[in-house]
Amino acid sequence: MAKVTVDGIEVEVPNGASVLQACEAAGKEIPRFCYHERLSVAGNCRMCLVEVEKAPKPVASCAYPVMDGMKVFTDTPMVRNARRGVMEFLLINHPLDCPICDQGGECDLQDQAMAYGRDLSRYDEGKRAVKDKYVGPLIKTVMNRCIHCTRCVRFAAEVAGVPEMGATGRGENMEIGTYVEKALTSELSGNLIDICPVGALTSRPYAFVSRPWELSKTDSVDVLDAVGANIRVDTRGGEVLRILPRLHEEVNEEWLADRGRFSFDGLKRRRLDRPWVRQDGTLKPASWAEAFQAIARALPGRRLGAILGDTMDAEAIFALKGLMTALGAVGLDCRQDGAKLDLSRPDFYLFNTGIARIEEADALVIIGADPRREAPVLNARIRKRWAQGGFRAGVIGTARDLTYPATVLGAAPTDIAGAAAFLAGAQRPMVVLGRSALAREDGAGVLAAAWELARAAGGLREDWHGFNLLHRFGGQVGALDLGFVQGLDMAAMLAGGADALWLLGADGFDAARIPAHAFVIYQGHHGEAAAARADVILPGAAYTEKEGSYVNTEGRVQRGRMAVPPPGEAREDWAIIRAASEFLGQTLPFDTLEALRAEMAAAHPVFARLDQGPLPGCTDPSGPAPAPVTATPFAVPVENYWQVEPITRASETMAACAATYLNPQPLLAAE
Amino acid sequence: MALHDRDRIFTNLYGTRPWNLPDARRRGDWDGTKEILARGRDAIIEEVKNSGLRGRGGAGFPTGMKWSFMPKSSPDGRPSYLVVNADESEPGTCKDRDIIRHDPHKLIEGCLIAGFAMGASAGYIYIRGEYYNESLVLEAAIAEAYEAGLLGRNACGSGYDFELYVHRGAGAYICGEETALIESLEGKKGMPRLKPPFPAAVGLYGCPTTVNNVETIAVVPAIMRRGAAWFASFGRPKNSGTKIFCIQGHVNRPCNVEEEMSIPLRELIERHAGGVRGGWDNLLAVIPGGSSTPMIPKSVCDDVLMDFDALREHKTGLGTAGVIVMDKSTDLIKAIQRLSAFYKHESCGQCTPCREGMGWVNRVMLRMVEGRAEIEEIDVLEQVTRQIEGHTICALADGGVWPVQGLIRHFRPMMEERIAAYKARQMQRMAAE
Repeated sequence: MAKVTVDGIEVEVPNGASVLQACEAAGKEIPRFCYHERLSVAGNCRMCLVEVEKAPKPVASCAYPVMDGMKVFTDTPMVRNARRGVMEFLLINHPLDCPICDQGGECDLQDQAMAYGRDLSRYDEGKRAVKDKYVGPLIKTVMNRCIHCTRCVRFAAEVAGVPEMGATGRGENMEIGTYVEKALTSELSGNLIDICPVGALTSRPYAFVSRPWELSKTDSVDVLDAVGANIRVDTRGGEVLRILPRLHEEVNEEWLADRGRFSFDGLKRRRLDRPWVRQDGTLKPASWAEAFQAIARALPGRRLGAILGDTMDAEAIFALKGLMTALGAVGLDCRQDGAKLDLSRPDFYLFNTGIARIEEADALVIIGADPRREAPVLNARIRKRWAQGGFRAGVIGTARDLTYPATVLGAAPTDIAGAAAFLAGAQRPMVVLGRSALAREDGAGVLAAAWELARAAGGLREDWHGFNLLHRFGGQVGALDLGFVQGLDMAAMLAGGADALWLLGADGFDAARIPAHAFVIYQGHHGEAAAARADVILPGAAYTEKEGSYVNTEGRVQRGRMAVPPPGEAREDWAIIRAASEFLGQTLPFDTLEALRAEMAAAHPVFARLDQGPLPGCTDPSGPAPAPVTATPFAVPVENYWQVEPITRASETMAACAATYLNPQPLLAAE
Repeated sequence: MALHDRDRIFTNLYGTRPWNLPDARRRGDWDGTKEILARGRDAIIEEVKNSGLRGRGGAGFPTGMKWSFMPKSSPDGRPSYLVVNADESEPGTCKDRDIIRHDPHKLIEGCLIAGFAMGASAGYIYIRGEYYNESLVLEAAIAEAYEAGLLGRNACGSGYDFELYVHRGAGAYICGEETALIESLEGKKGMPRLKPPFPAAVGLYGCPTTVNNVETIAVVPAIMRRGAAWFASFGRPKNSGTKIFCIQGHVNRPCNVEEEMSIPLRELIERHAGGVRGGWDNLLAVIPGGSSTPMIPKSVCDDVLMDFDALREHKTGLGTAGVIVMDKSTDLIKAIQRLSAFYKHESCGQCTPCREGMGWVNRVMLRMVEGRAEIEEIDVLEQVTRQIEGHTICALADGGVWPVQGLIRHFRPMMEERIAAYKARQMQRMAAE
């Protein structure tokens, strides 16, 4: 520890800390543009200059290491003049277009100009003009505004792992860009918008939409992948206008994947906003009462089954399970993909190491998963761990660019056992099994083999749990925790085991598999094939439109909040099921969300513990029952990152991304 | 009292003899190199320290001390490197060029001795891209040295292995800054690094590195042969040794000349360059140390000594000793504007004050050349240069604004006159219309 005096305040900071960190420890705010906690230090904006005793010149506090007994001054004439000078230089070539800049109101340059800027410019010459660059369908660039802090360059190279941005030219003519214009190939590209301190990189879909002070801000949770990234939903007048990440060190740090950030325009299209009932072969608009009566008429005498979608909140699942049990359903299934999961113990289906503890691992084998496209934020953690050194990664399955080097150890389940040699010697080995690797004939065998690999590598100990299942969506683990797997499975129900089906947000399977004679109730928020096949449609709420609990892939229960009301006559899903139960004569025993949650927590204690990460170790290394595996190679888990479920399929932004990235333009001769 | 021929280090500075190994040996190069190395690392560094040699690249940092910063052992197995800065781009300077093309073996032998003294396993000579022919000579000379067993494994039979490479730059002034040079050598964009860590701790490829100027390295063999006391006998204390001066501009015979340090500027110009064009009284100002040092007016030139400390007293510096002489026919404002255009063009663009400020300075200077400005703008210009100076990662920004500061310090009335003349012309034109 080093003792540092900042403006007379004595603080102790670790050796090797920067002067800026010492100043922050002393409660002194240091203005900065290029410095970012999660990126390497560039030290080039020169805004964070402070005076250090005995130093002849002001020093850049972000890059200067502390020394014991150092005296730092953050508010002397030398410091103020230096910062004013830097601010003046930043502004001489910065356009005065704050009134039409989307960063206005949340701009670092604007804020700091209030403290260090002059009221009048002394610069009478012409301003620099820079051509805007194309960097893809998500990010709008206005390069005149760029202050060359190089945060974007460092983010792309260090966090996103796509070193595609850089600076060309020198001095005044330096320009940030991709050299040959092309769309950035990162699933985390939206974070560049947050990281840009000015309005040079802004959100293309959000361009000229709103001002930050007009927005209502609701803290919520992303469900479009299984990471459970914490988000803030910004709304105005009942409309979601943008989604931003919130800080959660153990889950998403401050990043958010593009799917979660940009797909919200899908919430406004193809929505089910009123109940429909099929009469004489065609769907006709109906009232809620008519819809429920139609169900009540149809169900008696039928073998009822329920299939659950991937992004449902735990409250709706719990309510549906209660109703189905009361109605004597023949089957409940939440595995639309047919994954051969083992529900006998939670750690057979959780990401047990925990996202934050990836940083402690020293070896990793990925089996049939593509973390970069299934969970980009989690993949960034793996990359962060890799960048620290002393870490190796291997892949069994299709070899794709994961942004860090990974040794290909095989392509098929039969190669899993051989990967033990790769993990040999690792103190904290990790096995990450993709959920899609279980959606095969030999899924149970794959699960057992992966568990056995983790055990053989010494990864199942009381202080370390190295077995991880990577799910795909935010509602999948909650359904497993609630035990929404009973009786007949989905295949058996669709094969004729059931002749009435309650589909709760279930759009993840081919609706043509539903038998022709079956009576289908579709409850959900988007009108896709399953809704078109339905006999009764009950319009539900999307994740931004309801209070709900979601469990991420590591088993962490988090609450999403209602940012906007559901459209039209649509209602929150648990309330629809509660209302239906009354018409069906099996009234559920709760009238409020609080009562439902109390009952759910009593039946499933995991839901009483909000925001708890996984247990630190493995208490029982015995695995799932072994089963044979085949030599059929694993399929590519994700072909199309951008369009995976109803919201993203309805999103024009995601469609633009898919068009850009899935059919890349032929390379130019210059490349 | 001028430097005697017997005390010259660069005896082939003018290329009167061939540069190659047999001729270089005849001039005394590579004589007893093995014995020099046998004296050991510490003895060599001590000798260089005692000689009072200061870096010849411009900053004048004591060379022996710089070498002593290099680690004595490598517990983590990292090698050490010697990097020779031959990216001579300072306007007004062409001394390294003549060393390389006419006397390359002095440099190569110096590399071996310096590399040995700092425990370097390899040396890199980063040569300016425009020095194409010079690089050919240098590479041929290195090949000769390898052939003769003077470099490579068991160099000079000393039992010490030393590899030497030449790397050609691509024509960026900033790559002469030591950390930008290291970045460029690593294949990256030439942008100066933050210090600390200094190159002696984390340099080329993350390994301990010392960067020295060509002339600094090339004088080391002579110091080792003739002794520190001999070298220190030239010049004033703390400014010892001989130095190559590049005299150009409005003199009768522009030349490169090796002279004693602390020689009076007037003597230097009159003895070696044939005097100022039109006589000493026709002198207006001199830029004494390459384009980044502030100019000094004739009144200072009359009796100033050419060494680090004397020039610092006059708020300028010895720099690279590129003496730019300007007589009374010079448009000083235009001359300095040209320099500020150069620095604007060569700023790497990393730090805000330099990137944005250099363009500002140049644009105001452009108007000052015409006089199309207000008198108060001279003060604004001065303030802007102060805002740039000392606020950046490297010293390019400082060097870029010092010429302007020198102009304002010594020739402000000339600028004011120019502005007044412009205004008068404007008034006349308006009256005529």
